[in-house]
Amino acid sequence: MHSLKALIRYCLMWVEGWFDWAFGPKWNPTYCLGALGYFYFWIVGVSGLYLYIFMDSGIPASYLSVEYLTHDQWWLGGVMRSLHRYASDAMVIMVALHIIREFAFDRYRGSRWFSWVTGVPMLWLIIIAGITGYWLVWDMLAQYVAIASTELLDWLPIFGEPIARNFLATSHLDGRFFTLLIFLHIAVPLVLLFIMWLHLQRVGHARINPARGLAVGTFAMLLVLSFISPATSQGIADLSRVASPVELDWFYMWVYPLTDIVGPATIWIGSFVGTIVLILIPWIPPIKKKLPAVVSLDNCNGCTRCAVDCPFNAIIMAPRSDGAVFDFEAQVDPDLCTSCGICVGSCPTATPFRRASALVPGIDLQDPSLATLRDEMEKQAAKLTTPGSVMIFGCDRSLKVAKFKSASIATVSLPCTGMLPPSFIDYVISRKLAAGVVVTGCRRGECHYRLGQAWMEERLDGIRDPRLRERVPRERLARFWAAPTDGRTFARDIEQFQRTLIDLDSKATDPEQSEAAQ
Amino acid sequence: MKMRQGIQLIAQAAIYTGFAFLLAYFSSQPPYERVPAGSALIKLSFAHGAERVGACHKRTYEELMALAPNMRAPIDCPRQRLDVKVHMKLDDQVIYQASLPPTGLHNDGASITYQRLVVPSGYHTLELGLIDTDRTKGYDYLSKRQITLTPGQALAIDFKPGGEGFVYE
Repeated sequence: MHSLKALIRYCLMWVEGWFDWAFGPKWNPTYCLGALGYFYFWIVGVSGLYLYIFMDSGIPASYLSVEYLTHDQWWLGGVMRSLHRYASDAMVIMVALHIIREFAFDRYRGSRWFSWVTGVPMLWLIIIAGITGYWLVWDMLAQYVAIASTELLDWLPIFGEPIARNFLATSHLDGRFFTLLIFLHIAVPLVLLFIMWLHLQRVGHARINPARGLAVGTFAMLLVLSFISPATSQGIADLSRVASPVELDWFYMWVYPLTDIVGPATIWIGSFVGTIVLILIPWIPPIKKKLPAVVSLDNCNGCTRCAVDCPFNAIIMAPRSDGAVFDFEAQVDPDLCTSCGICVGSCPTATPFRRASALVPGIDLQDPSLATLRDEMEKQAAKLTTPGSVMIFGCDRSLKVAKFKSASIATVSLPCTGMLPPSFIDYVISRKLAAGVVVTGCRRGECHYRLGQAWMEERLDGIRDPRLRERVPRERLARFWAAPTDGRTFARDIEQFQRTLIDLDSKATDPEQSEAAQ
Repeated sequence: MKMRQGIQLIAQAAIYTGFAFLLAYFSSQPPYERVPAGSALIKLSFAHGAERVGACHKRTYEELMALAPNMRAPIDCPRQRLDVKVHMKLDDQVIYQASLPPTGLHNDGASITYQRLVVPSGYHTLELGLIDTDRTKGYDYLSKRQITLTPGQALAIDFKPGGEGFVYE
């Protein structure tokens, strides 16, 4: 399992690196697969609403109404039909990639189990919604789907008479069946929407919309595709003819050919077992739960920053319980806490300059605590001997910074870069523990803990509290957001940064040379 | 810088085009052939209850008195039904033969079948026989027809008791 995940991760990171180059981190579609899934859902919803206005139920009214939309009103109805189809297919691709990605990057276990488990029924609902949609058109493909679906369902010991008998001959057909199908085709996506809402209930600052540029790009792509290759029907259904060959939508209908090969029993048993495995996979094998963040009421002033910044809604602000003058206190839900430490990085009391009392911030991780990190930082900095020395703050989920350690490079790895209070950077530079600081972590938009990298950047840029103080010379600070596969580029950039630091130091020690140079 | 942006835009367009191609192709291709070209399909499906396993008998006065007042039905019939035996021959070759048990918890429901049989198209002699009693020889229903199946035709055969029994649609 670990090797498989590592292989998928490596492939994904390689592809994502190229996508980063082409789109930039903000528009990189691989970083917002879930949001793209939502976006396609809205396109399917809006186009479906339009189609519904013109849709007739019954035989052959259903087919004729779709034909009218496709041919007589091709400029809008036809485009809407094509958007409806292609956005549904794109949604399937996004969902599949989203699952693979979350699995490979281990983002489905621990506190994240809820989002994973609520995602499982969505798979079933997406397939059901898609299949019932194709059924409504009542062309030869719909006939194939109707017969193959009912034959598959008939394997289950649910129905008294085989429901496939409804499609034995035209005389067996009932137009009311289409009314039921329309109801299903609307009701199932509504249930899906509810579960999509539920899916994000434990996700703070959930991103349900892709970046505008990406949304425009992907919608334009669908629109152009709808004009170039419009969705069409495959001739009116005729039960006295065999629907073969049929042009299947393989994103939804792969199950039918597979049933012909392996039989309905294997399909149903496989689906059942697969669903159970998917539901249980967050606990296979059980994850070792990390110690959650803890609140120190003596140091918490109820500022709410930790609750706002937590990516998993694990912190709530409750009325003060200790009689202190503040209105609120932070409370951590251990079941939701991922121990990323982003809350520690947001705490205004988390400053290494504190010497009068022990370094205990308002909220802290138990392992590693902020005090441990300061000790480690000082211990590592003490080993630096050469000019142009740098202190690298990294994260456990990205580049392994420890392997860059040398006489001129000290490293401290945090659970997430977002755990680093900006005051630590000020501390390193003002106390001359190193000539410069490098902050590194997951690629932009790709933080393992979702928001650590983004919050860190905003803190460094002075647009999010706690901000990096003005007095910190920005030329002595470098940021490098990278995947574990970007080690070579990182090493090159560090080397260059160190040369810059040496130049800065030499100018600082020899002002005349500096003036002459100017 | 502009050169780089231009290349990036081209790369984005290429990725969008690739994605569009993926969507366009797999939303309808490759075509799937469930029934080989040149073949036809015979669909045999019915739901029919055979006779009860035994004959009904008229309860005697003593038997009726032994029952609770609300249970005193004068005729006593067994609930269970017999299997329905069916066979289908195409050009004297048996292509389907089954003894279909009754459905229901007490084996008192209809016997049900749904069969899809892929056969060569062309001129054939089709024979269908069905037994829904305890007879050991012959058939309760027998149908023999000369049929011409065109390639891609789906011939549906249902069963309704009475007359020839088998209904060709």
